[in-house]
Amino acid sequence: MTSTTTSPAVTALLGTKLGMTQVWDAAGKLVPVTVVRVGTNVVSAVRTQEIDGYSAVQLAFGQIDPRKVTQPLKGHFEKAGVTPRRHVVEIRTAVTDVTPGQELTAEVFEAGARVDVIGTTKGKGTAGVMKRHGFHGVGASHGAHRNHRKPGSIGGASTPSRVFKGMKMAGRMGHARKTIQNLSIHSVDVAAGLLLVAGPVPGPKGSLVVVRSAVKGA
Amino acid sequence: MQKLDSVDAASLRDDIPAFRAGDTLKVHVKVVEGSRSRVQVFQGVVIARAHGGVSETFTIRKVSFGVGVERIFPLHTPAIDHLEVVTRGDVRRAKLYYLRKLRGKAAKIKEKR
Repeated sequence: MTSTTTSPAVTALLGTKLGMTQVWDAAGKLVPVTVVRVGTNVVSAVRTQEIDGYSAVQLAFGQIDPRKVTQPLKGHFEKAGVTPRRHVVEIRTAVTDVTPGQELTAEVFEAGARVDVIGTTKGKGTAGVMKRHGFHGVGASHGAHRNHRKPGSIGGASTPSRVFKGMKMAGRMGHARKTIQNLSIHSVDVAAGLLLVAGPVPGPKGSLVVVRSAVKGA
Repeated sequence: MQKLDSVDAASLRDDIPAFRAGDTLKVHVKVVEGSRSRVQVFQGVVIARAHGGVSETFTIRKVSFGVGVERIFPLHTPAIDHLEVVTRGDVRRAKLYYLRKLRGKAAKIKEKR
């Protein structure tokens, strides 16, 4: 967890998932890509070891109606000298060469870079154990009666006379924070503010994602 | 998907001639063998065009030494050197999957005139 000076500095950007499409790479191979519009990110605060006890960079992204910004947030953005943005995220990083008010664009990433993408997965609502936890369910035939998608046994009887905590059951599925590690940036369009990430990324179209340099990158 | 049109525009080819199911096509395919590449021709009948936009594909069928061979090409793939329409076919469907069950003269497509 602690970042040392020898570890590579983490770079990150906030963006909106626009959707998926396909492109051909230089070798003529078809690559499925997710298009992330990062536009312009702005540094709204810099956390330092001396003042805050940890080092991080706070990024802000997205348009917002100025009337919807609360007074505390308004003051926070004024301190950095930037107009209010919709989303604010802190990135733990040892990078120190950024100043509040500085604008970051897609060019912080280059094509071929390894990244982790963090997003909020699509909400699935109440889901059964087969969809939610990958249970195999009950047989389709051989006299199985109205219990094809049920979990089966959830534990013992009078010993322990309770159900253990954390037992996998049906319930709300999705709409949870998810990190996909070690994706690669296929290409960067600085003029349009777009990142083309090879492969799928969590969340519905239009949702907020964080693109961060890979923590376990090779 | 209109949001991604600008991304797709770079991949779209504008040198594709108009063709439809039933047409006979010569597809000049770039084949890479080790370090050198050459162009190979695959000639056959278009039996389907599927999907749309940058992901559009077409299926070509030919009978080679009595064995039916089908290849599916992405329409906008850079692996295609160029396309040549040999004949226009007179057909009444968009998908000619019925050709798979037909042999010999029955599998022939009338030329449009």
